[in-house]
Amino acid sequence: MKILAALAAVAAALALQTTLASLVIRGTAALDLVLIVVVYISLITGPVTGLLVGSAAGLIQDALSSGIIGIGGLAKTVVGFVAGFLGTQFILTAPLSRFLMFVVATVLHASIFMGLYMLLELRQFDNPYSAVMSQAIGNGFLGVVAAQLVELLPGLRDRRKRSRAARLTR
Amino acid sequence: MATIHLAQRPLIVFALVIVLQIILISAQVNTTAGIPFIQVVTFGAFSEVQRGTMNSVDGARGLWTGYVDLRDVQTENEALKREVQTLQVRLQEERAQAQRTESLRQLLELRERAGLATVASEIIAGPADLEFRDMTIDKGTSDGLRQDMAVISPAGVVGRVILSSPRASRVQMLIDRNAAAGAMIERTRAQGLVMGQGEALRMEYVPGTSDVKQGDIVVTSGIDKIYPKGFVIGTVAAITRDTGNYHDIIVQPAVDFSRLEDVLVVTTPPPAVTAEDIAKEAAALAEQQRAAQTVAVQNVSPQNATPRNAGPRAPAPRNGTPRAPRTPAPRPPAAVVPPPPSPDGTPGIPGAGRRQ
Repeated sequence: MKILAALAAVAAALALQTTLASLVIRGTAALDLVLIVVVYISLITGPVTGLLVGSAAGLIQDALSSGIIGIGGLAKTVVGFVAGFLGTQFILTAPLSRFLMFVVATVLHASIFMGLYMLLELRQFDNPYSAVMSQAIGNGFLGVVAAQLVELLPGLRDRRKRSRAARLTR
Repeated sequence: MATIHLAQRPLIVFALVIVLQIILISAQVNTTAGIPFIQVVTFGAFSEVQRGTMNSVDGARGLWTGYVDLRDVQTENEALKREVQTLQVRLQEERAQAQRTESLRQLLELRERAGLATVASEIIAGPADLEFRDMTIDKGTSDGLRQDMAVISPAGVVGRVILSSPRASRVQMLIDRNAAAGAMIERTRAQGLVMGQGEALRMEYVPGTSDVKQGDIVVTSGIDKIYPKGFVIGTVAAITRDTGNYHDIIVQPAVDFSRLEDVLVVTTPPPAVTAEDIAKEAAALAEQQRAAQTVAVQNVSPQNATPRNAGPRAPAPRNGTPRAPRTPAPRPPAAVVPPPPSPDGTPGIPGAGRRQ
């Protein structure tokens, strides 16, 4: 159930990502919504679910792109596993720590992704540091906001239900 | 259960997923040679497996082959030993053949060098009695051999024919105690008489005034009319001054009589000695005799001046042992008196060379 929900979130993120494909900075996507979803799911579920979700999300993302299938999957698998592992070892619920987690995860993902492409001499990335850091910061902010929203949503719905019920009783 | 089990081991799941991803990537990436990376990796990895399998199979096969070979190795070893023995025998035969060839070659050279009519002959038997130094050769009267023919070898004088049958002859070696030959020192031409001593030779009747040194070569003088002149008899091994006026010389034979295999029998009689030669020889001998007597009178004490028995010491014949005929040795120089030449000019030394 947990994995299905995670896969649904990934699918949603992918759908949203494709609509934001025009937002690129020097050839690199300004935001990686799929990565944000993977990191968040890994943080709240653990390394196994994180790496499986990361693997699935990466493979799907690769399949939808024109690159080598597996490189993105490998990168997101590592990120999901690391994020899940850190989430079980440390309390990463504060916004700042989550922000840092998203930034680190983005940098790690970009390093693996670009590193493999360069290692296999399939693609060259000219001075990708600024783009990667931009994406990391963007992912960090968006991830923190998204996480807060996701965690606030259930409480808002309950409070709304309770207030509606109170008005009806008056 | 398996899912729960794997969920408790994230590292294993992580490794599995990573490996799968790598395989997936490799399936799509080509090397610089254009071959799919996964194919190269798979081939490389599988080739190692193949190598290991082949090594294992080879090892097992080697063990089995070694075992099978060991079963046959004893039989093979024995067969090889037999072959080695056969080859060793064959090698000895080849060596003997080579030595025989060399011996015959030397004999042929001697025949050409000597310029004499000779008959090559092989020694087929040694002495019947070790007291006598004689041997049997495989040529006889049917080959032109007759008594008193000289027998020589590449090393020197061997002896003379003392008995001939149609197909074999008996040769008396020069070292036989009954053998003698006219001889001279090659360097000074001092003449004397060489007689057999069993193993060595003894040269007698060489005047004490003659210059003789150890190591001098002794050759035949030809005066005995048996041995051609100038053939090597041996070398002077020791010189002693006897009681008389003559040297007593031990001569080491040039021929190793124990290793003789082939010999040449000289069928050409020695060249005829003319009256002039005899006259010269007699004059030379008389001169030597006078010099010896002069030295004896001046230097030798009366006790030592007793004339030496001129006859060579011949061993007493053993009872019942047949003796080889005596060598017709030349007379000692003191006893050699040149007879007057015959009217037809032939050499007149019918009694010369006979030991009295």
